[in-house]
Amino acid sequence: MAIVEARTPLAIEAAEPEVKPFGVFARPTGAQTGWKSWLTSVDHKKIGIMYGIGSMFFFFIGGGEALLIRLQLARPNQKLLSAELYNQVFTMHGVTMVFLVVMPMAAAFANYLLPLQIGARDVAFPRLNAFSFWCWLFGSLFFNSSWFLGGGADGGWFNYAPNNGVLYSTSHGIDFYAVGLLIAGIASLVSSVNLIVTVLNLRAPGLTWFKLPVFTWMTLVTQFLLLFALPVITVALFLLMFDRLFGSNFFDAANGGDPMLWQHLFWIFGHPEVYIMILPSFGIVSEIIPVFSRKPLFGYPFMVVSGIAIGFMGWGVWAHHMFASGMGPMSVMAFSLSTMFIAVPTGVKILNWLATMYGGRLKFATPMLFSVGLVSMFTIGGLSGVTHAFAPADTQQTDTYYIVAHFHYVLFGGALLGLFAGFYFWWPKIFGYFLNERWGKVHFWVTLVGFNLTFGPMHVLGLQGMSRRYFTYSADQGFSFWNMVATVGSFIIAVGLLIFMANVWKSHKAFKKEPYEVPADPWDARSLEWMIPSPVPEYNFDEIPEVHELDEFWHRKYGHDEDGRLVRIAKTEDIVQKPGATGIHLPSPSYWPIILSAGLPFIGYGVIFDYWWAVLGGLITVAGFLGWILEPSTDPEDHHADHGHGDHDAHQLEAGEEQPALVGSTDAPAAEASNEETSGD
Amino acid sequence: MTDTLENTSHDIEDPNFDIESVGHTHLPTNTGVSNEKLGMWVFLGSECLMFGGLISTYLLYKNRPGAIESIRGRDIVSSSLRPSDLFDIPFTSVTSFVLLASSLTMVLAVNAAARNDMQRMRIWLGSTAALGSLFIGGQVYEFTTFHREGLGFTTNVASSAFFTLTGFHGVHVTIGILMLLVTIAMSIRGRIPHSRAEAVEIVGLYWHFVDVVWILIFTIVYLIK
Repeated sequence: MAIVEARTPLAIEAAEPEVKPFGVFARPTGAQTGWKSWLTSVDHKKIGIMYGIGSMFFFFIGGGEALLIRLQLARPNQKLLSAELYNQVFTMHGVTMVFLVVMPMAAAFANYLLPLQIGARDVAFPRLNAFSFWCWLFGSLFFNSSWFLGGGADGGWFNYAPNNGVLYSTSHGIDFYAVGLLIAGIASLVSSVNLIVTVLNLRAPGLTWFKLPVFTWMTLVTQFLLLFALPVITVALFLLMFDRLFGSNFFDAANGGDPMLWQHLFWIFGHPEVYIMILPSFGIVSEIIPVFSRKPLFGYPFMVVSGIAIGFMGWGVWAHHMFASGMGPMSVMAFSLSTMFIAVPTGVKILNWLATMYGGRLKFATPMLFSVGLVSMFTIGGLSGVTHAFAPADTQQTDTYYIVAHFHYVLFGGALLGLFAGFYFWWPKIFGYFLNERWGKVHFWVTLVGFNLTFGPMHVLGLQGMSRRYFTYSADQGFSFWNMVATVGSFIIAVGLLIFMANVWKSHKAFKKEPYEVPADPWDARSLEWMIPSPVPEYNFDEIPEVHELDEFWHRKYGHDEDGRLVRIAKTEDIVQKPGATGIHLPSPSYWPIILSAGLPFIGYGVIFDYWWAVLGGLITVAGFLGWILEPSTDPEDHHADHGHGDHDAHQLEAGEEQPALVGSTDAPAAEASNEETSGD
Repeated sequence: MTDTLENTSHDIEDPNFDIESVGHTHLPTNTGVSNEKLGMWVFLGSECLMFGGLISTYLLYKNRPGAIESIRGRDIVSSSLRPSDLFDIPFTSVTSFVLLASSLTMVLAVNAAARNDMQRMRIWLGSTAALGSLFIGGQVYEFTTFHREGLGFTTNVASSAFFTLTGFHGVHVTIGILMLLVTIAMSIRGRIPHSRAEAVEIVGLYWHFVDVVWILIFTIVYLIK
C-alpha cells in the first residue's frame, strides 16, 4: 500500500541536520512497550487515555470528599468533621472537581478525538502535548499533597479575600492552591495553544470551517476561552501568592488593598471557565444525538455559531457572581442584562437537540440516554441559572444551597453526564471492546436518580435559607429532612460510579475471555474517526481523507434517491480503512516532557517551604528545557516501522516528486471557506 | 510547496523578495503559516491578557492611600511613598530606547537568517541579547535605587503593583535573552540551518512583543501622570 506522507506535520524535514541527541538520555527506542512507552509517549491517543485515567482517579478523590460533606450534613449537629476540616473538604472537593476532573476529562476527549475528527496524524506539537499532561498531573498531585503537609485549602474554590489571606487561613493550604493551580494552568495554556494550532493548521484537505464536526468546534471555542482566561487567573494567583508568601497586600483592605480585585480577576477567569467545562460536553452530545436519531444535526450552523456566541458572551457576564458584593447598581444592571442574553444561545442549542431528535428513529443506547440526560438536566440547571440573572432574587439566593443546586445541575447534570455519554460512545473506538449495554443503562438510571435526589432538594434548602458553607445546623432550623435525602442521593451516585467501574472491569474481562472484533463503525456514525479501525492504529489514518461534506463519513455511506429517501450507496466495510499499514512516520517518544514537568512541583515546594527545593526544581526544569531543545523533534533513525529509510517519503515530497493530489489541494480550504456560506451546504 | 533550492537563490535586493517564503521547508498547513509560528502568535495573544491584568492592577493601586492605621492590633508600617515620586524619566527613557533599539537588531538578525548569512545573524542576535541585558541592568539599577530610597516590594500596594508589573516584564525580557543565547549556541553548533531559519523569526516575534509591552508600560506607568 502506498503510504502517502502528505501533510502530516510530523515528517522529518529534509534539511534536518543529523545530530546525535545531546544529554544523558538517549532517545527512547521506538519499539517500547509496557509502562515505559506510556511515560515517554507523545501519541495524542495515549495522552488522551492518560488524561482520562488521571481524571477518573481524581474523580474518586473528589467524590470521596463529596461523600464526607454529605455525611457531615446528613443529620443536625453531626461531629464527623470539625469546622476547619469541613472547610478544607468542601474547598478541595470543589477545586478537584473543577480543575482535576471535569477539565482534564474534557481534555481526554479533546486530545483523543480532535486529530481524528480533523483527519490529522497527531496534534501540532506532540511533545508539548505530553508536557501538558505531565504538568497537569504533577500540578494536581502537588495540590493534593497539601493534605499531608498541614491541610488543604480552606477558602472555597473561589477563595475570596480576605479569607484567602494568611490572617484567616494560616495553613499552607491556599499556598498549595495558588501554586498548584499555576502549574496546572501552565498545562492547560500549553494544551490550548497546541490544540488551537492543530485545528487551524492540520485539517484534512477540504475540511473547511463549516464542515468541522461540532465536537471539534466546541473544543476549539473551549481552547480559545482557556487561552484568554488562564492568564487572568494566573495574574490573580500570582498576586495571591505574593500576598501570602512575600508580604504584599494586594487583597488586604487593612493595608490599602482591594478584596474586590480578587473577585473580579477570579470571575473574569471563572465565568469563561464555566463554559470551558460545559462546551466540550455540548460538543459530545451534538455528535451522539444525530447518530442515535439517524438524522443530521438540526441547524448545524446555528449550533456552531451559538457555541461561538457563548464563547464571546461568556466574557461579559462575570460580575453576576458578584451581585451581593456592593459593586453598584449600574454594574449590576449591565451584568444582569448580559446574563439574560447569554441564555439565548444556550437555549438555541437545547432546541436544536430536541429538533434533531424530533421525527428521528431514536435508539436509546447508553450514550443516547446520557445525552438526553444532559439535555434535560442541563435545562433545569439553565433555568435556575436564569433566575440568578435577576439581581434582587440573586441577592436572596447568593451563597445558599440554591446556588449549589444550580451549578451541580449544570456541571454534573451537564458536563459530567455528557462526558459519560462520550465514554460509552467512543469506548469501542478507543479500547476495541464494548461496555456492557445493560450495565450502562443501569449506571445511567442509578446516576440520574441519585443525582436528582442529591441536588434537587438543595433548591429547597437554599430557598429555606441554608447557607452553602454551614458545617452543621441545628434540628430546629428545618433543614434536616432534605439534607438526609441529599445524603442518600449522594450515595446512590457513588453506587452509580461503582457500577461504571464494574462495567469497565467486567466488559474488559469478557472481551479478554472471548475476544471479538469491533467494527470500525459500530454505531453507524457520521464523523471521520469512525472510518478508521477500532482500536485506532497508532498512525490514525493511513491516507489522509479528503473531505467534501459535513458528516463526510455518513455521506460516503449514504445518498438520497430521487424521492429524497436515504439509500445506502456503499458498504461500510468497503470504505473504512483497512488495518495494517506500515512505514508511516510518527513522532518519536521523548523523555523530556516528563522531566521538564517534574521540576515544577519542586519549585512549588521551594516557594512554600524552603528555597533549596526551588533550586533543585529549577535545575531539573532547565535541564529539561535544554534536553528538549537539543533533541530533534523526530529521531532520524527511529520509528518508521518496517521501513529502512523512513524519511524517504519526506524527501520525495520535499523534492516535489510523486506529490499526491491531495497535497496540491491543501491550499484550497482557505479559498473554499469564503465560498462556504454561498454554497449552501 | 516551497522549493528550497530556488528560494535560497533569491537575493535580498530582489523587489519580489518575499521574506515569508524564505527558509521555510515546513509542510503545507491550512493557514500557510507554520505550526511553530502560529503557536507563538496564539501564545502571545494569551500574554496580552496577562499583562492586561497586571496593568489594570497597577492602575487600580497607583494612587491608593497608605495603610489604614493599626487594625486588629497589627502593626502596620506603610509609607505613602509612590513609585511615581521616584521615577527618573530621563534614565528610564534611555533604557526604553535601548530596548527599542534591540528590536531593530532583532529585525536585522531575522533578515540575515533569511539571507542565510548565519555569521551576521549571530552577531545581530548577540547585539539584541546585549541590548536586552543592558535594559535589564537598568531595571536592576532602578529597583535597587527605589529600594534604597525606601520603596520596597511590600511598602504599600502601589509599590507592590509596580514591582509586580515591571518585574513580570523583566522576567519576560530575561527569558527572551535566554532564548537568544540558546539560538546563538545552537547556530554555532550548526543546528539552525537555513531551512530552520524560521526559528529566529519566532524568537523575534516574542522579542518584539515584549518590546511592545514595554512601550505600553512605559507610557501608562511612567509617562501618564
